[in-house]
Amino acid sequence: MSCSEKYVAYMHEYLDEEISTEHEKELKEHLLKCPECQKHFQELEKSLALVKSIAHVTTSDDFTLNVMNRLPKEKKKVGFQRWLRHHPLLTAASLFLVLMVGSLFSSWNTGHNLSVSKQPNLIVKNDTVIVPEGEVVKGDVVVRNGSLRIDGQIDGNVTVINGTVINGEKYLASAGDVTGEIEEINVIFEWVWYHLKNMAKEAINFFEESEQSQGVTAFLW
Amino acid sequence: MDAIVKKRIKQVLKGDQNAYAEIVEIYKDKVFQLCFRMLGNRHEAEDMAQEAFIRAYVNIASFNIDLKFSTWLYRIATNLCIDRIRKKKPDFYLDAEVSGTDGLTMYSQVPSDSALPEEEVESIELHETIQREIAKLPEKYRSVIVLKYIEELSLNEISKILDMPLGTVKTRIHRGREALRHQLRNV
Ligand SMILES: [Zn+2]
Repeated sequence: MSCSEKYVAYMHEYLDEEISTEHEKELKEHLLKCPECQKHFQELEKSLALVKSIAHVTTSDDFTLNVMNRLPKEKKKVGFQRWLRHHPLLTAASLFLVLMVGSLFSSWNTGHNLSVSKQPNLIVKNDTVIVPEGEVVKGDVVVRNGSLRIDGQIDGNVTVINGTVINGEKYLASAGDVTGEIEEINVIFEWVWYHLKNMAKEAINFFEESEQSQGVTAFLW
Repeated sequence: MDAIVKKRIKQVLKGDQNAYAEIVEIYKDKVFQLCFRMLGNRHEAEDMAQEAFIRAYVNIASFNIDLKFSTWLYRIATNLCIDRIRKKKPDFYLDAEVSGTDGLTMYSQVPSDSALPEEEVESIELHETIQREIAKLPEKYRSVIVLKYIEELSLNEISKILDMPLGTVKTRIHRGREALRHQLRNV
């Protein structure tokens, strides 16, 4: 090339859009009288136009899906929490079945042992729990696999599982006999439901708080 | 768009993997194009672009949320491509182009209602020629040329993506342009 590198440098300044007005003027004047530099400049512009012409390709339609499938698996805890929030009752049911099915149904079928909440003034006779006349039992009373006879008073709720509430006058205690609610649970469904209601509430906290849930969640998945 | 991307990144950081899909949707064509022009092979480019998104996901905790996500993503993609190019045999591109199907599958997507078949074929051939000439550029010139003229990024952004001084980027672009001028002047 016979011309100085100066004008080629100006050309690149121009292409970078960083040329000063002085250099630009100088370059234009030179290009008008120097065919060689003019050719050089045109070749530069042509090659860049060609390169730009092949832009704008698009990738395949399933690209995003393929990426998502190749991502390392999300932490179980997070995935489970999202699922849990969307299906709290179902979650509790699954959890219940997994954790409780063995012990619950075996105890339902075979466990006829009477059990009762621990209040000192309750009397147990055969499979009946008695609230003696004149006594006031403080706190909630829970009787399992047995009946509850209320001769005195209960200051709390009553839950009888697989049994009945026997009251001197009527099934429902009159005011003063039981201050809280009376609930009888006598079929498996109700028994399950009773636990589910509690577990639905507890499960969310349990899984959100506990790192130890990993094993359980993985199992549930 | 930056606001949406930042929101999605925060969701991803909290562990919501699904939020990442939208980020991929936004940038997939840009990243793919970058890889395609760097590597010259559609199949390989698609694989590299996927890899770039996976790397970005895995390392998202190290991304500075105040910076531009695209710059960071392009840097990952560019570095992956440069690594790939360096590991390759020099004659790879020629082999890839002889088989020639990449160009056809790609350019068949170009809208062609108004174009005559011969013109289409000519344009396919022209595009293949240009791609081949870009692929002949040394990798250090190729990356700046692709970022500047295919991805249409500013010199400043290119300097951030490649993590090199602006002056170096300029020098490489100038040399890349001169190389292209020699290669493409008779096309
Ligand atoms: Zn001249």
